[in-house]
Amino acid sequence: MLELKNISLKKDNKIILNNINLTFDDNKFYCITGPNGSGKSTLAKIIMGLITPDSGSILYNNRDITNLSVTKRAKLGIGFAFQTPVTFKGLTVYDILKIATGKEVLKKEACDILSKVGLCANEYIDRELNNSLSGGELKRIEIASVIGKNPNISIFDEPESGIDLWSFKYLTEIFKELGMKKRGTTIVISHQERILSIADAIILLEGGQIKEIGTKDTMLKNILSCPKGGTHE
Amino acid sequence: MNNIDKELLSEISDTFNEEAEVYNIRKNGQSIKRQVNSYIDIITKTDKSGIDIYVKENTLFGIVHIPVIITQSGLTDVVYNDFHIGKNANVIIFAGCGIHNDKHKDSEHDGIHRFYLEEGAKVKYVEKHYGEGIGSGKKILNPTTEIYMKAGSSMTMDSTQIKGVDNTTRITKAELGTSTTLEISEKILTTGSGTAKTEFVVDLNGENASVHVTSRSVAEGTSYQEFISNITGNTKCYAHIECDAIIKDEGKVKAIPEIYAKNIDANLIHEAAIGKIAGEQLNKLMTLGLNESEAEEVIIKGFLK
Repeated sequence: MLELKNISLKKDNKIILNNINLTFDDNKFYCITGPNGSGKSTLAKIIMGLITPDSGSILYNNRDITNLSVTKRAKLGIGFAFQTPVTFKGLTVYDILKIATGKEVLKKEACDILSKVGLCANEYIDRELNNSLSGGELKRIEIASVIGKNPNISIFDEPESGIDLWSFKYLTEIFKELGMKKRGTTIVISHQERILSIADAIILLEGGQIKEIGTKDTMLKNILSCPKGGTHE
Repeated sequence: MNNIDKELLSEISDTFNEEAEVYNIRKNGQSIKRQVNSYIDIITKTDKSGIDIYVKENTLFGIVHIPVIITQSGLTDVVYNDFHIGKNANVIIFAGCGIHNDKHKDSEHDGIHRFYLEEGAKVKYVEKHYGEGIGSGKKILNPTTEIYMKAGSSMTMDSTQIKGVDNTTRITKAELGTSTTLEISEKILTTGSGTAKTEFVVDLNGENASVHVTSRSVAEGTSYQEFISNITGNTKCYAHIECDAIIKDEGKVKAIPEIYAKNIDANLIHEAAIGKIAGEQLNKLMTLGLNESEAEEVIIKGFLK
Protein backbone atom coordinates (compact mmCIF):
# COMPACT_ATOMS: atom_id res chain seq x y z
CA MET A 1 0.00 0.00 0.00
CA LEU A 2 1.19 3.47 -0.88
CA GLU A 3 0.06 6.48 1.11
CA LEU A 4 0.58 10.16 0.41
CA LYS A 5 0.06 12.36 3.43
CA ASN A 6 -0.35 16.13 3.24
CA ILE A 7 1.87 16.51 0.17
CA SER A 8 2.35 20.13 -0.79
CA LEU A 9 4.64 21.89 -3.25
CA LYS A 10 5.08 25.49 -4.30
CA LYS A 11 7.16 26.81 -7.15
CA ASP A 12 7.88 30.50 -7.65
CA ASN A 13 5.25 31.25 -5.00
CA LYS A 14 2.65 29.36 -7.01
CA ILE A 15 0.88 26.42 -5.44
CA ILE A 16 1.54 23.29 -7.51
CA LEU A 17 0.14 20.74 -5.06
CA ASN A 18 -1.86 21.56 -1.98
CA ASN A 19 -2.23 19.10 0.85
CA ILE A 20 -2.66 15.91 -1.16
CA ASN A 21 -3.79 12.85 0.77
CA LEU A 22 -4.16 9.63 -1.15
CA THR A 23 -4.03 5.91 -0.55
CA PHE A 24 -3.23 3.45 -3.31
CA ASP A 25 -4.20 -0.12 -2.49
CA ASP A 26 -2.33 -3.15 -3.73
CA ASN A 27 -3.35 -4.76 -7.01
CA LYS A 28 -5.53 -1.86 -8.15
CA PHE A 29 -5.41 0.25 -11.30
CA TYR A 30 -5.61 4.00 -10.69
CA CYS A 31 -5.88 6.85 -13.13
CA ILE A 32 -5.00 10.39 -12.15
CA THR A 33 -6.62 12.88 -14.45
CA GLY A 34 -7.30 16.59 -14.59
CA PRO A 35 -6.67 19.68 -16.68
CA ASN A 36 -3.21 20.70 -17.85
CA GLY A 37 -1.24 22.23 -15.02
CA SER A 38 -3.31 20.54 -12.32
CA GLY A 39 -0.21 18.87 -10.83
CA LYS A 40 -0.69 15.30 -12.08
CA SER A 41 2.82 14.73 -13.44
CA THR A 42 4.36 16.52 -10.49
CA LEU A 43 2.54 14.19 -8.13
CA ALA A 44 3.74 11.15 -10.07
CA LYS A 45 7.32 12.42 -9.95
CA ILE A 46 7.03 13.03 -6.21
CA ILE A 47 6.05 9.39 -5.71
CA MET A 48 9.11 8.29 -7.71
CA GLY A 49 11.38 10.72 -5.86
CA LEU A 50 12.18 12.78 -8.94
CA ILE A 51 10.74 15.86 -7.25
CA THR A 52 10.91 16.58 -3.52
CA PRO A 53 7.76 18.04 -1.94
CA ASP A 54 7.96 21.03 0.40
CA SER A 55 6.01 19.12 3.02
CA GLY A 56 4.18 15.89 3.62
CA SER A 57 5.21 12.28 3.67
CA ILE A 58 5.06 9.15 1.56
CA LEU A 59 4.58 5.75 3.14
CA TYR A 60 5.14 2.54 1.26
CA ASN A 61 3.90 -0.52 3.13
CA ASN A 62 4.02 1.63 6.28
CA ARG A 63 7.66 2.59 5.71
CA ASP A 64 8.41 6.29 5.34
CA ILE A 65 10.14 6.69 1.99
CA THR A 66 9.86 10.49 1.77
CA ASN A 67 13.59 10.98 1.98
CA LEU A 68 14.66 7.98 -0.06
CA SER A 69 16.49 8.54 -3.35
CA VAL A 70 15.05 7.58 -6.72
CA THR A 71 17.40 4.58 -6.84
CA LYS A 72 16.29 3.31 -3.45
CA ARG A 73 12.62 3.70 -4.33
CA ALA A 74 13.28 1.82 -7.59
CA LYS A 75 14.93 -0.95 -5.62
CA LEU A 76 11.95 -1.07 -3.27
CA GLY A 77 9.73 -1.77 -6.25
CA ILE A 78 8.51 1.51 -7.71
CA GLY A 79 8.74 1.95 -11.48
CA PHE A 80 8.18 5.03 -13.62
CA ALA A 81 7.57 5.53 -17.34
CA PHE A 82 8.42 9.05 -18.44
CA GLN A 83 6.00 11.19 -20.42
CA THR A 84 8.78 12.04 -22.85
CA PRO A 85 10.87 8.92 -23.37
CA VAL A 86 14.55 9.44 -22.74
CA THR A 87 16.96 8.70 -25.59
CA PHE A 88 20.57 7.58 -25.31
CA LYS A 89 23.39 7.65 -27.83
CA GLY A 90 25.05 4.27 -27.84
CA LEU A 91 22.64 2.38 -25.61
CA THR A 92 20.44 -0.17 -27.36
CA VAL A 93 16.94 -1.33 -26.54
CA TYR A 94 18.52 -4.56 -25.30
CA ASP A 95 20.87 -2.62 -22.99
CA ILE A 96 17.94 -0.77 -21.40
CA LEU A 97 15.90 -3.93 -20.94
CA LYS A 98 18.89 -5.63 -19.30
CA ILE A 99 19.21 -2.73 -16.87
CA ALA A 100 15.45 -2.76 -16.26
CA THR A 101 15.35 -6.42 -15.36
CA GLY A 102 18.40 -6.01 -13.14
CA LYS A 103 20.00 -9.18 -14.43
CA GLU A 104 21.78 -10.63 -17.43
CA VAL A 105 18.74 -11.55 -19.46
CA LEU A 106 19.09 -13.48 -22.67
CA LYS A 107 18.15 -11.68 -25.83
CA LYS A 108 15.16 -13.98 -26.19
CA GLU A 109 13.85 -12.95 -22.77
CA ALA A 110 14.31 -9.28 -23.65
CA CYS A 111 12.48 -9.92 -26.92
CA ASP A 112 9.58 -11.43 -24.98
CA ILE A 113 9.28 -8.23 -22.93
CA LEU A 114 9.34 -6.13 -26.10
CA SER A 115 6.67 -8.28 -27.68
CA LYS A 116 4.36 -7.41 -24.79
CA VAL A 117 4.22 -3.82 -26.05
CA GLY A 118 3.52 -4.94 -29.58
CA LEU A 119 6.92 -4.40 -31.12
CA CYS A 120 8.40 -7.00 -33.42
CA ALA A 121 11.28 -7.74 -31.10
CA ASN A 122 13.89 -8.86 -33.62
CA GLU A 123 13.59 -5.58 -35.48
CA TYR A 124 14.11 -3.44 -32.42
CA ILE A 125 16.19 -5.26 -29.86
CA ASP A 126 19.59 -4.16 -31.21
CA ARG A 127 18.56 -0.68 -32.24
CA GLU A 128 20.04 2.33 -30.53
CA LEU A 129 17.57 4.08 -28.26
CA ASN A 130 17.74 7.36 -30.12
CA ASN A 131 15.61 9.62 -32.25
CA SER A 132 15.79 7.31 -35.25
CA LEU A 133 12.88 5.57 -33.51
CA SER A 134 9.44 7.16 -33.82
CA GLY A 135 7.63 8.72 -30.87
CA GLY A 136 5.28 5.74 -30.69
CA GLU A 137 8.14 3.25 -30.78
CA LEU A 138 10.04 5.11 -28.06
CA LYS A 139 6.90 5.27 -25.94
CA ARG A 140 6.33 1.55 -26.19
CA ILE A 141 9.97 0.83 -25.34
CA GLU A 142 9.65 3.18 -22.36
CA ILE A 143 6.63 1.18 -21.20
CA ALA A 144 8.50 -2.08 -21.88
CA SER A 145 11.29 -0.91 -19.57
CA VAL A 146 8.78 -0.63 -16.72
CA ILE A 147 7.16 -3.96 -17.58
CA GLY A 148 10.65 -5.51 -17.65
CA LYS A 149 11.40 -4.10 -14.23
CA ASN A 150 8.17 -5.68 -12.99
CA PRO A 151 7.73 -3.27 -10.05
CA ASN A 152 5.13 -3.50 -7.32
CA ILE A 153 4.00 0.02 -8.15
CA SER A 154 4.09 1.04 -11.82
CA ILE A 155 3.62 4.70 -12.67
CA PHE A 156 2.97 5.79 -16.25
CA ASP A 157 3.06 9.52 -16.93
CA GLU A 158 0.74 10.34 -19.83
CA PRO A 159 1.58 7.29 -21.88
CA GLU A 160 -0.71 8.48 -24.66
CA SER A 161 1.06 11.78 -25.29
CA GLY A 162 2.92 12.14 -28.55
CA ILE A 163 1.79 8.92 -30.15
CA ASP A 164 -0.29 8.19 -33.19
CA LEU A 165 -3.76 6.69 -33.15
CA TRP A 166 -2.55 3.24 -34.15
CA SER A 167 -0.01 3.14 -31.35
CA PHE A 168 -2.63 4.46 -28.94
CA LYS A 169 -4.95 1.57 -29.78
CA TYR A 170 -2.13 -0.81 -28.91
CA LEU A 171 -1.39 1.13 -25.76
CA THR A 172 -4.92 0.75 -24.40
CA GLU A 173 -4.65 -2.99 -24.99
CA ILE A 174 -1.44 -3.06 -22.93
CA PHE A 175 -3.12 -1.24 -20.07
CA LYS A 176 -6.22 -3.43 -20.28
CA GLU A 177 -3.93 -6.42 -19.87
CA LEU A 178 -2.14 -4.78 -16.94
CA GLY A 179 -5.50 -3.94 -15.37
CA MET A 180 -6.78 -7.46 -15.73
CA LYS A 181 -3.69 -9.02 -14.19
CA LYS A 182 -4.37 -7.37 -10.83
CA ARG A 183 -0.73 -7.79 -9.94
CA GLY A 184 0.85 -4.81 -8.28
CA THR A 185 -0.47 -1.28 -8.26
CA THR A 186 -0.71 0.64 -11.51
CA ILE A 187 -0.95 4.43 -11.53
CA VAL A 188 -1.53 6.07 -14.89
CA ILE A 189 -1.61 9.80 -15.50
CA SER A 190 -4.00 10.20 -18.40
CA HIS A 191 -6.63 12.31 -20.11
CA GLN A 192 -7.86 9.53 -22.33
CA GLU A 193 -11.30 8.06 -21.81
CA ARG A 194 -10.20 4.66 -23.09
CA ILE A 195 -7.50 4.47 -20.44
CA LEU A 196 -9.65 6.00 -17.71
CA SER A 197 -12.30 3.37 -18.43
CA ILE A 198 -9.87 0.61 -17.43
CA ALA A 199 -9.26 2.07 -13.98
CA ASP A 200 -10.60 0.71 -10.71
CA ALA A 201 -10.51 4.26 -9.37
CA ILE A 202 -10.08 7.71 -10.91
CA ILE A 203 -8.56 10.65 -9.08
CA LEU A 204 -9.40 14.08 -10.43
CA LEU A 205 -6.89 16.82 -9.70
CA GLU A 206 -7.60 20.49 -10.22
CA GLY A 207 -5.43 23.42 -9.28
CA GLY A 208 -3.11 21.19 -7.30
CA GLN A 209 -5.89 19.75 -5.16
CA ILE A 210 -7.91 16.56 -5.22
CA LYS A 211 -11.28 17.50 -6.61
CA GLU A 212 -12.87 14.09 -6.59
CA ILE A 213 -12.09 10.40 -6.23
CA GLY A 214 -14.35 7.62 -7.31
CA THR A 215 -14.96 4.60 -9.45
CA LYS A 216 -14.89 4.89 -13.21
CA ASP A 217 -18.66 4.49 -13.33
CA THR A 218 -19.31 7.59 -11.26
CA MET A 219 -16.32 9.65 -12.34
CA LEU A 220 -16.23 9.16 -16.09
CA LYS A 221 -19.70 10.59 -16.60
CA ASN A 222 -18.82 13.75 -14.67
CA ILE A 223 -15.45 14.19 -16.32
CA LEU A 224 -16.84 13.72 -19.81
CA SER A 225 -19.56 16.26 -19.18
CA CYS A 226 -16.92 19.00 -18.61
CA PRO A 227 -16.86 21.61 -21.35
CA LYS A 228 -13.92 21.04 -23.70
CA GLY A 229 -10.84 22.89 -22.63
CA GLY A 230 -12.51 23.94 -19.42
CA THR A 231 -12.32 22.67 -15.89
CA HIS A 232 -14.71 20.51 -14.00
CA GLU A 233 -16.46 23.44 -12.45
CA MET B 1 57.14 -11.69 -25.90
CA ASN B 2 56.69 -11.29 -22.17
CA ASN B 3 53.44 -10.96 -20.23
CA ILE B 4 53.36 -7.15 -20.47
CA ASP B 5 53.72 -7.41 -24.26
CA LYS B 6 50.91 -9.94 -24.44
CA GLU B 7 48.64 -7.83 -22.24
CA LEU B 8 49.28 -4.75 -24.35
CA LEU B 9 48.51 -6.72 -27.48
CA SER B 10 45.27 -8.03 -26.08
CA GLU B 11 44.23 -4.50 -25.08
CA ILE B 12 44.75 -3.05 -28.53
CA SER B 13 43.54 -6.00 -30.56
CA ASP B 14 41.27 -8.55 -28.94
CA THR B 15 41.05 -10.48 -32.21
CA PHE B 16 44.81 -10.95 -32.64
CA ASN B 17 46.73 -14.11 -31.95
CA GLU B 18 49.91 -15.50 -33.44
CA GLU B 19 47.93 -17.92 -35.54
CA ALA B 20 46.75 -14.96 -37.60
CA GLU B 21 47.69 -15.30 -41.26
CA VAL B 22 49.18 -11.89 -41.86
CA TYR B 23 50.74 -9.68 -39.24
CA ASN B 24 53.66 -7.51 -38.30
CA ILE B 25 54.40 -6.86 -34.64
CA ARG B 26 56.52 -3.84 -33.87
CA LYS B 27 58.05 -3.47 -30.43
CA ASN B 28 60.11 -0.52 -29.22
CA GLY B 29 60.83 0.69 -32.73
CA GLN B 30 61.69 -2.67 -34.28
CA SER B 31 59.71 -5.19 -36.23
CA ILE B 32 59.90 -8.36 -34.11
CA LYS B 33 57.59 -10.81 -35.81
CA ARG B 34 55.98 -11.01 -39.21
CA GLN B 35 53.94 -13.35 -41.29
CA VAL B 36 52.52 -12.93 -44.78
CA ASN B 37 50.54 -15.02 -47.25
CA SER B 38 50.28 -15.20 -51.01
CA TYR B 39 47.73 -12.37 -51.20
CA ILE B 40 49.17 -9.91 -48.75
CA ASP B 41 52.82 -9.00 -48.54
CA ILE B 42 54.64 -6.86 -45.99
CA ILE B 43 58.00 -5.31 -46.93
CA THR B 44 60.29 -3.28 -44.69
CA LYS B 45 60.99 0.22 -45.95
CA THR B 46 64.61 0.97 -46.74
CA ASP B 47 64.54 4.77 -46.65
CA LYS B 48 62.83 5.21 -43.30
CA SER B 49 61.34 3.26 -40.47
CA GLY B 50 58.19 1.43 -41.43
CA ILE B 51 56.58 -1.07 -43.75
CA ASP B 52 54.72 -1.27 -47.05
CA ILE B 53 51.69 -3.54 -47.04
CA TYR B 54 50.59 -4.77 -50.45
CA VAL B 55 47.17 -6.34 -50.86
CA LYS B 56 46.73 -7.97 -54.25
CA GLU B 57 43.86 -7.18 -56.60
CA ASN B 58 40.63 -9.05 -55.92
CA THR B 59 41.80 -10.35 -52.54
CA LEU B 60 38.74 -11.38 -50.57
CA PHE B 61 38.37 -11.35 -46.79
CA GLY B 62 41.99 -10.39 -46.21
CA ILE B 63 42.93 -9.69 -42.60
CA VAL B 64 46.08 -7.86 -41.52
CA HIS B 65 47.25 -7.10 -37.99
CA ILE B 66 49.97 -4.50 -37.43
CA PRO B 67 50.10 -3.88 -33.67
CA VAL B 68 52.74 -1.69 -32.08
CA ILE B 69 53.86 -2.02 -28.48
CA ILE B 70 56.18 0.23 -26.55
CA THR B 71 57.60 -0.74 -23.19
CA GLN B 72 60.81 1.30 -23.30
CA SER B 73 60.39 4.50 -21.31
CA GLY B 74 61.81 7.58 -23.02
CA LEU B 75 61.45 6.17 -26.53
CA THR B 76 60.01 8.23 -29.38
CA ASP B 77 59.04 5.82 -32.10
CA VAL B 78 58.15 7.23 -35.51
CA VAL B 79 56.87 4.81 -38.12
CA TYR B 80 55.65 5.19 -41.68
CA ASN B 81 53.29 2.47 -42.83
CA ASP B 82 51.88 2.53 -46.35
CA PHE B 83 48.97 0.37 -47.41
CA HIS B 84 48.58 -0.37 -51.10
CA ILE B 85 45.17 -1.91 -51.65
CA GLY B 86 44.70 -3.48 -55.07
CA LYS B 87 41.65 -3.17 -57.30
CA ASN B 88 38.50 -4.73 -55.84
CA ALA B 89 40.43 -6.13 -52.89
CA ASN B 90 38.50 -6.47 -49.65
CA VAL B 91 40.54 -6.29 -46.46
CA ILE B 92 40.30 -5.64 -42.75
CA ILE B 93 43.29 -4.00 -41.11
CA PHE B 94 43.76 -3.99 -37.35
CA ALA B 95 46.27 -1.43 -36.13
CA GLY B 96 46.94 0.26 -32.85
CA CYS B 97 49.52 1.01 -30.25
CA GLY B 98 49.84 0.11 -26.62
CA ILE B 99 52.34 1.88 -24.38
CA HIS B 100 53.48 0.59 -21.01
CA ASN B 101 55.47 3.22 -19.14
CA ASP B 102 56.49 2.60 -15.55
CA LYS B 103 59.23 5.24 -15.48
CA HIS B 104 59.59 9.02 -15.49
CA LYS B 105 60.53 9.62 -19.12
CA ASP B 106 57.86 10.16 -21.75
CA SER B 107 57.12 7.42 -24.28
CA GLU B 108 55.77 8.42 -27.66
CA HIS B 109 54.57 6.72 -30.79
CA ASP B 110 53.94 8.69 -33.98
CA GLY B 111 52.37 6.45 -36.59
CA ILE B 112 51.97 7.85 -40.07
CA HIS B 113 49.66 5.58 -42.03
CA ARG B 114 48.93 6.18 -45.69
CA PHE B 115 46.25 4.28 -47.54
CA TYR B 116 46.17 4.04 -51.31
CA LEU B 117 42.94 2.44 -52.43
CA GLU B 118 42.67 1.40 -56.05
CA GLU B 119 39.35 1.25 -57.93
CA GLY B 120 36.69 -0.76 -56.13
CA ALA B 121 38.85 -1.58 -53.11
CA LYS B 122 37.14 -1.98 -49.75
CA VAL B 123 38.96 -1.43 -46.47
CA LYS B 124 37.89 -1.67 -42.89
CA TYR B 125 40.53 -0.09 -40.67
CA VAL B 126 40.32 -0.60 -36.92
CA GLU B 127 42.73 1.35 -34.75
CA LYS B 128 42.92 1.23 -30.98
CA HIS B 129 45.23 3.17 -28.70
CA TYR B 130 45.96 2.36 -25.10
CA GLY B 131 48.32 3.40 -22.35
CA GLU B 132 49.23 1.96 -18.96
CA GLY B 133 51.93 2.04 -16.31
CA ILE B 134 52.45 3.81 -13.02
CA GLY B 135 55.45 5.95 -14.01
CA SER B 136 55.25 9.73 -14.22
CA GLY B 137 56.45 9.56 -17.83
CA LYS B 138 53.68 10.42 -20.25
CA LYS B 139 52.17 8.06 -22.78
CA ILE B 140 51.88 10.02 -26.02
CA LEU B 141 50.30 8.81 -29.23
CA ASN B 142 50.14 10.89 -32.39
CA PRO B 143 48.56 9.01 -35.29
CA THR B 144 48.40 10.56 -38.73
CA THR B 145 46.23 8.87 -41.32
CA GLU B 146 46.20 9.82 -44.98
CA ILE B 147 43.66 8.22 -47.27
CA TYR B 148 43.68 8.40 -51.07
CA MET B 149 40.64 6.81 -52.66
CA LYS B 150 40.18 5.98 -56.33
CA ALA B 151 36.81 5.56 -58.04
CA GLY B 152 34.35 3.17 -56.44
CA SER B 153 36.50 2.42 -53.41
CA SER B 154 35.22 2.55 -49.86
CA MET B 155 36.74 2.66 -46.42
CA THR B 156 35.50 2.43 -42.87
CA MET B 157 37.82 3.70 -40.16
CA ASP B 158 37.06 2.95 -36.56
CA SER B 159 39.46 4.49 -34.07
CA THR B 160 39.28 4.22 -30.33
CA GLN B 161 41.34 5.73 -27.55
CA ILE B 162 39.69 4.83 -24.31
CA LYS B 163 42.28 4.54 -21.64
CA GLY B 164 45.62 5.67 -20.35
CA VAL B 165 46.89 7.98 -23.09
CA ASP B 166 48.09 11.34 -21.76
CA ASN B 167 48.42 13.38 -24.92
CA THR B 168 47.39 12.79 -28.48
CA THR B 169 47.28 14.71 -31.71
CA ARG B 170 45.32 12.84 -34.34
CA ILE B 171 45.30 14.00 -37.91
CA THR B 172 43.23 12.36 -40.63
CA LYS B 173 43.41 13.59 -44.21
CA ALA B 174 41.46 12.13 -47.08
CA GLU B 175 41.05 12.74 -50.79
CA LEU B 176 37.99 11.09 -52.25
CA GLY B 177 37.52 10.20 -55.90
CA THR B 178 34.37 9.45 -57.88
CA SER B 179 31.68 7.38 -56.14
CA THR B 180 33.82 6.71 -53.10
CA THR B 181 32.56 6.31 -49.55
CA LEU B 182 34.48 7.04 -46.39
CA GLU B 183 33.04 6.42 -42.95
CA ILE B 184 35.02 7.42 -39.92
CA SER B 185 34.04 6.70 -36.35
CA GLU B 186 36.20 8.03 -33.54
CA LYS B 187 35.85 7.54 -29.81
CA ILE B 188 38.07 9.29 -27.33
CA LEU B 189 38.14 9.42 -23.55
CA THR B 190 40.51 11.80 -21.83
CA THR B 191 41.04 11.81 -18.10
CA GLY B 192 43.21 13.63 -15.56
CA SER B 193 45.11 16.43 -17.26
CA GLY B 194 45.20 14.65 -20.63
CA THR B 195 44.80 16.39 -23.96
CA ALA B 196 43.47 15.21 -27.29
CA LYS B 197 43.44 17.13 -30.52
CA THR B 198 41.70 15.66 -33.51
CA GLU B 199 41.73 17.10 -36.99
CA PHE B 200 39.90 15.88 -40.05
CA VAL B 201 40.68 17.34 -43.45
CA VAL B 202 38.62 15.79 -46.21
CA ASP B 203 38.51 16.87 -49.86
CA LEU B 204 35.60 15.46 -51.81
CA ASN B 205 36.95 15.65 -55.33
CA GLY B 206 35.00 13.04 -57.26
CA GLU B 207 31.34 13.17 -58.17
CA ASN B 208 29.08 11.29 -55.73
CA ALA B 209 31.82 10.96 -53.15
CA SER B 210 30.54 10.81 -49.60
CA VAL B 211 32.04 11.02 -46.17
CA HIS B 212 30.47 10.47 -42.78
CA VAL B 213 32.49 11.33 -39.69
CA THR B 214 31.17 10.49 -36.24
CA SER B 215 33.21 11.65 -33.29
CA ARG B 216 32.15 10.80 -29.76
CA SER B 217 34.29 11.93 -26.91
CA VAL B 218 34.28 12.26 -23.16
CA ALA B 219 36.51 14.70 -21.29
CA GLU B 220 36.88 13.99 -17.58
CA GLY B 221 39.01 15.54 -14.83
CA THR B 222 40.75 18.65 -16.11
CA SER B 223 41.39 17.18 -19.54
CA TYR B 224 41.06 19.16 -22.76
CA GLN B 225 39.92 18.12 -26.21
CA GLU B 226 39.81 19.90 -29.50
CA PHE B 227 37.92 18.70 -32.56
CA ILE B 228 38.63 20.34 -35.88
CA SER B 229 36.97 19.36 -39.11
CA ASN B 230 37.65 20.88 -42.44
CA ILE B 231 35.56 19.42 -45.21
CA THR B 232 35.62 20.72 -48.77
CA GLY B 233 33.09 19.71 -51.39
CA ASN B 234 34.56 20.34 -54.81
CA THR B 235 31.83 18.63 -56.80
CA LYS B 236 28.46 16.90 -56.37
CA CYS B 237 29.08 15.15 -53.08
CA TYR B 238 27.78 14.53 -49.58
CA ALA B 239 29.38 15.02 -46.19
CA HIS B 240 27.97 14.58 -42.72
CA ILE B 241 30.09 15.36 -39.70
CA GLU B 242 28.80 14.65 -36.20
CA CYS B 243 30.76 15.69 -33.16
CA ASP B 244 29.23 14.75 -29.80
CA ALA B 245 31.06 15.31 -26.57
CA ILE B 246 30.28 14.78 -22.92
CA ILE B 247 32.10 16.88 -20.38
CA LYS B 248 32.53 15.87 -16.77
CA ASP B 249 34.22 17.49 -13.79
CA GLU B 250 36.32 20.32 -15.18
CA GLY B 251 36.78 18.80 -18.62
CA LYS B 252 36.83 21.13 -21.62
CA VAL B 253 35.96 20.47 -25.25
CA LYS B 254 36.27 22.79 -28.21
CA ALA B 255 34.77 21.98 -31.62
CA ILE B 256 35.79 23.94 -34.67
CA PRO B 257 33.77 22.95 -37.69
CA GLU B 258 34.57 24.18 -41.17
CA ILE B 259 32.61 23.06 -44.20
CA TYR B 260 33.33 24.61 -47.55
CA ALA B 261 31.06 23.96 -50.54
CA LYS B 262 32.73 24.84 -53.80
CA ASN B 263 30.03 23.37 -55.99
CA ILE B 264 26.29 24.00 -56.16
CA ASP B 265 25.62 20.27 -55.74
CA ALA B 266 27.81 19.82 -52.70
CA ASN B 267 25.70 18.88 -49.67
CA LEU B 268 27.68 19.32 -46.47
CA ILE B 269 26.31 19.00 -42.95
CA HIS B 270 28.02 19.55 -39.66
CA GLU B 271 26.48 18.85 -36.26
CA ALA B 272 28.19 19.41 -32.96
CA ALA B 273 26.85 18.97 -29.46
CA ILE B 274 28.84 19.38 -26.27
CA GLY B 275 27.43 19.14 -22.78
CA LYS B 276 27.26 17.28 -19.55
CA ILE B 277 25.27 14.09 -19.20
CA ALA B 278 21.59 14.99 -19.48
CA GLY B 279 19.74 14.94 -16.17
CA GLU B 280 16.83 13.00 -17.65
CA GLN B 281 19.20 10.24 -18.79
CA LEU B 282 20.50 9.86 -15.24
CA ASN B 283 16.93 9.98 -13.89
CA LYS B 284 15.74 7.31 -16.28
CA LEU B 285 18.49 4.89 -15.29
CA MET B 286 17.98 5.68 -11.60
CA THR B 287 14.27 4.79 -11.93
CA LEU B 288 15.52 1.43 -13.15
CA GLY B 289 17.58 0.94 -10.00
CA LEU B 290 21.06 2.28 -10.82
CA ASN B 291 22.68 4.82 -8.53
CA GLU B 292 24.01 8.06 -10.01
CA SER B 293 27.59 6.91 -10.53
CA GLU B 294 26.47 3.58 -12.02
CA ALA B 295 24.14 5.48 -14.35
CA GLU B 296 26.97 7.80 -15.42
CA GLU B 297 29.20 4.83 -16.12
CA VAL B 298 26.55 3.09 -18.23
CA ILE B 299 25.87 6.27 -20.23
CA ILE B 300 29.57 6.93 -20.92
CA LYS B 301 30.30 3.31 -21.74
CA GLY B 302 27.38 3.21 -24.15
CA PHE B 303 28.31 6.56 -25.67
CA LEU B 304 31.83 5.35 -26.41
CA LYS B 305 30.81 1.82 -27.38
